[in-house]
Amino acid sequence: MHANSLSVKHLLGIKELLPSDIELILKTASQFKEVLQRPIKKVPILRDTSVVNLFFENSTRTRISFELAEKRLSADTINFAASSSSVKKGETLIDTAKNILSMKVDMVVMRHSASGAPHFLAKHINASIINAGDGINEHPTQALLDSFSINEKLGGLKGKKVAIIGDIMHSRVALSNIYCLNKMGAKVVVCGPPTLIPKHIESLGVEVSYNVRETLEWCDVANVLRIQLERQNKPLFSSLREYAMYFGIDKNLLSNIKKEIVIMHPGPINRGVELSSDVADSENAIILDQVENGVAVRMAALYLLAGKKDQMI
Amino acid sequence: MKSLYDSQELDITITRLALQLIENHEGFENTVIIGLQPRGVHLSDRIFQKIQKILPKTRIEYGKLDITFYRDDFNEKGGLLQASDTQLDFPIEGKQIILVDDVLFTGRSIRAGLEALLDYGRPANVELLVLIDRRFNREVPIQPDYSGMAVDVIEDQKVKVLWQEKDGKDEVVLL
Repeated sequence: MHANSLSVKHLLGIKELLPSDIELILKTASQFKEVLQRPIKKVPILRDTSVVNLFFENSTRTRISFELAEKRLSADTINFAASSSSVKKGETLIDTAKNILSMKVDMVVMRHSASGAPHFLAKHINASIINAGDGINEHPTQALLDSFSINEKLGGLKGKKVAIIGDIMHSRVALSNIYCLNKMGAKVVVCGPPTLIPKHIESLGVEVSYNVRETLEWCDVANVLRIQLERQNKPLFSSLREYAMYFGIDKNLLSNIKKEIVIMHPGPINRGVELSSDVADSENAIILDQVENGVAVRMAALYLLAGKKDQMI
Repeated sequence: MKSLYDSQELDITITRLALQLIENHEGFENTVIIGLQPRGVHLSDRIFQKIQKILPKTRIEYGKLDITFYRDDFNEKGGLLQASDTQLDFPIEGKQIILVDDVLFTGRSIRAGLEALLDYGRPANVELLVLIDRRFNREVPIQPDYSGMAVDVIEDQKVKVLWQEKDGKDEVVLL
């Protein structure tokens, strides 16, 4: 195995990556971050690569971030939104993908509401696939950009204490972050109402807390997640107002804790629910840095996977 | 592995190159030195130190440029090259640039280096300084302005410059 090469052909999840893969992606991302500070924020390396962005589920940040990353690598991009496509006419996932790939597309960036959809597609097509979020399973590039941002802010990941707070059950960001932070040697606590924390999650190597205040007192970084009402098909807590009272983070709560905590959020934020506006806009919040870093991290993932193109057949 | 030049010969040549730069760029007011990553920077480090030693009061701007994302052999070599850091903490607009690399062979790295450089701005002019010039293997029309030594060997032989700080000794070898 080449030391400068990923051990995988697709980026389906953090679960399949080696710690050395994560390190390589983060190191390459820091070089792309430098590219993004230049007067001309574009390099020609992927000018012979075409990428299709297959979005079967809504997205703002991730789709724009991937598209910018592709353009800044000089790749050709094609955008696909399920709502305006032949999927509405009854075409299957494999048929849609095969039809697009027969037009000589090299890579697929895919978001789907069904967990495992990109893994399924990877078995049927020859292109490299990057998972941009599949149901409640994984969102690998989000975890990578979160780790990149923590590393940038705190100068490392090993031994850092990270709390993931909110709807752990329905969050692919939480699962990818748990895998990623564990592989990089950080300590993870998940915190939320018992109905939003899956049973046996300790087996992934994390601790569980039901008390936000205690969790905040313990952690260096709090990664706060949105309540994903669209994925909850039965009531799991009484009301958003009650959730905000017990698990929401506001200035008052933070001011009672005697240390500085880095606040992260993958977006979109529901202001007044999981985070109050004064916290989301405070100096401790690196939410917009996360978005900025997302482009560099996605450039790294695209670049490193495109380097494996000749091995696909 | 055959030795072509030892550390003393190397040092004499680097001293000469540094003096030639001083002769042509007296004062270095509008001149910047940029080494190409990964191996050209060892040479540019030496040249920079030499000039600083001879002209201790002169402030010279010095940077390093990575060209990995500008290469034209992506997906051809099998395995990716690891990118190195670029350090250009000054504007290059209107500057006289001295681009430094260790071995000039096909010229393709320098072509990529020029493209990378132009993404930072529009310099007044660009000169090329190399330690080893393999004169008969060029694939693009690029020639050095300052050349340490010419080495003429057959195409599939590799000329490598070893550096004390990286390889444990200063030497030019034929592999």
